[in-house]
Amino acid sequence: MATRHSQGIARLAVAPAVIVLFLWMIVPLVMTIYFSFLRYNLLNPDMDGWAGFSNFYYFITDESFPGAVFNTLALVATVIVASVAGGLGLALLLDQPFWGRGIVRLLVISPFFIMPTVSALVWKNLLMNPIYGLFAFLQQLVGITPLDWFAKVPLLSVAIIASWQWLPFSALIILTALQSLDEEQKDASAMDGARALSYFRYIVLPHLARPITVVILIETIFLLNIFAEIYVTSVGGLAGNLTYLVYFQGLLNFDIGEASAGGLIAVVLANLVSIFLVRIIGRNLEI
Amino acid sequence: MSRIELKAVRKDFGNLGVINGVDLDILDGGFTVFVGPSGCGKSTLLRLIAGLEDLTSGQVLIDGRDVTELGPAQRELAMVFQSYALYPHMSVRNNIGFPLKMAKQPEDMIEAKVRKAAETLNLTAYLDRRPGQLSGGQRQRVAIGRAIVREPKAFLFDEPLSNLDAALRVQMRLEIMQLHKSLGATMVYVTHDQVEAMTMADRIVVLNQGRIEQVGSPLELYDHPKTLFVAGFIGSPKMNFISGSVAARYGAATIGIRPEHIQLGASDGGFTGTIRIAEHLGSDTFIHAESPELGSITVRATGNIEASPGTALALGFEASRVHRFDAQGVALK
Ligand SMILES: Nc1ncnc2c1ncn2[C@@H]1O[C@H](COP(=O)(O)OP(=O)(O)O)[C@@H](O)[C@H]1O
Ligand SMILES: [Mg+2]
Repeated sequence: MATRHSQGIARLAVAPAVIVLFLWMIVPLVMTIYFSFLRYNLLNPDMDGWAGFSNFYYFITDESFPGAVFNTLALVATVIVASVAGGLGLALLLDQPFWGRGIVRLLVISPFFIMPTVSALVWKNLLMNPIYGLFAFLQQLVGITPLDWFAKVPLLSVAIIASWQWLPFSALIILTALQSLDEEQKDASAMDGARALSYFRYIVLPHLARPITVVILIETIFLLNIFAEIYVTSVGGLAGNLTYLVYFQGLLNFDIGEASAGGLIAVVLANLVSIFLVRIIGRNLEI
Repeated sequence: MSRIELKAVRKDFGNLGVINGVDLDILDGGFTVFVGPSGCGKSTLLRLIAGLEDLTSGQVLIDGRDVTELGPAQRELAMVFQSYALYPHMSVRNNIGFPLKMAKQPEDMIEAKVRKAAETLNLTAYLDRRPGQLSGGQRQRVAIGRAIVREPKAFLFDEPLSNLDAALRVQMRLEIMQLHKSLGATMVYVTHDQVEAMTMADRIVVLNQGRIEQVGSPLELYDHPKTLFVAGFIGSPKMNFISGSVAARYGAATIGIRPEHIQLGASDGGFTGTIRIAEHLGSDTFIHAESPELGSITVRATGNIEASPGTALALGFEASRVHRFDAQGVALK
């Protein structure tokens, strides 16, 4: 890519992909913006025309809005903390030599291949069900009244399901990074007098800063609009996030205009979170 | 500044014996070089001394104290690794200071010692850089700095110069020797390069397949190799080996003669040959010749002499420089 000529060719060559991606992004966005300023309610087709900012106003002043924002952020935060901490521990274990390591690694990765709807159903009906779920059975064994997970701690329940799904992702990325850590670093730090804990603190953790940053950024993107787990477990009314509120306005209240406005607000929130994250941990990606 | 003793040291990896019974006394304040071909167990032996590998059997003593069961940190040795093994996310300052930090020394003392080491090694201008922003030679110096700050009992070097280019290698060689002089510390240095061994060591340990072949000063090894292996390994170009009737004339199974101990043009009791290739180095000329009595033979002549391929030669051995070996490859006296 040294000469101006070759740079021109390079631009030309990537142009089709860039144009398709750009259209892919811009068309839905422009349509959403357009709808968000319209009176567009499927139950009231007579009411049409421009709505000004009223769709935004009604979405924000909806009584579920503050809760939805809180749930969105709380889900992202708890799932990231749980999956990164758990993934780190799991990766450290899987990095040790033990018999059957290959099989165990495969098993650890498998939750990631299960569809969110399926895993949410499994958790809802087989594990967390207060009557015939496994957790209820275990609680009864030790004489505790079974917990009705989705009624009593809906947000926590969704967070547990999502953490279980994202744990393998972070474990896998951290494990790969662990394996790229030079063995001689360990020897050198042992010569320098570092014990296991100092080795972890001063050599391993800094080495993992970058992959952990990547895990956090990627998980944030996906967790901000987590939906299937909330929908399938029917906790939308108790622990719905912004995505769920958009769904509620659009497909349960049939108010396309307000749902579009909600979608745009969710985009703004996602951007705020990303800017915030990049400010805090983005410098780990440099060098 | 310590004496290190190895007693009947063995190391097996699985059922592969890598170190097969080594007894060695590494002298206080000396510069000892382990030399041998790749894979002979030099690094393993060094790591056994460092405490990075467990012994299968035998003992390691430092200053008379049995340290066989002690971890690397308690042995108070410092090691410089072939790949430098610097900590990539730490500045040069923190790299050098890391052992002191682990020893929980106070901040200002660490800073003072790091400064002093950096001055010794010409690293002062680079203290705030990361290892990734340094050249190979500078990284090497940081690795040495990390070793010297905590004033270890002895320094262990594992092929520290093999990743550097030839010019830098010569320079760093001198710097390490100077460091040895100024610190007066015990140093153990591993290399597969016999030139490095000859120039740096005051004592060379030649290893072959996990055994010590010979221990001695560079000139002892050069003048009196105890085995065929040592004779062939030490010296460049390699010693010529001749067996058969010529060797029998000397009462040996094999005789060895170094290229620099063959005289050209000597007519009495000599051999004949034809030049195949001549390498002109300016100061010396290496002549590869074919002789009906001796087979292929290399001769080193001083200066730049006329030697074109196909020319006939007369070759004579310096009688006192002929090495005689028995059928087992052991030197005869
Ligand atoms: N951790 C290990 N596991 C198994 N074999 C090893 C290990 N380390 C070294 N070896 C073997 O021991 C022999 C000597 O290795 P090494 O001491 O590194 O040789 P050198 O440094 O002389 O080149 C080699 O054959 C090598 O394959
Ligand atoms: Mg080696």
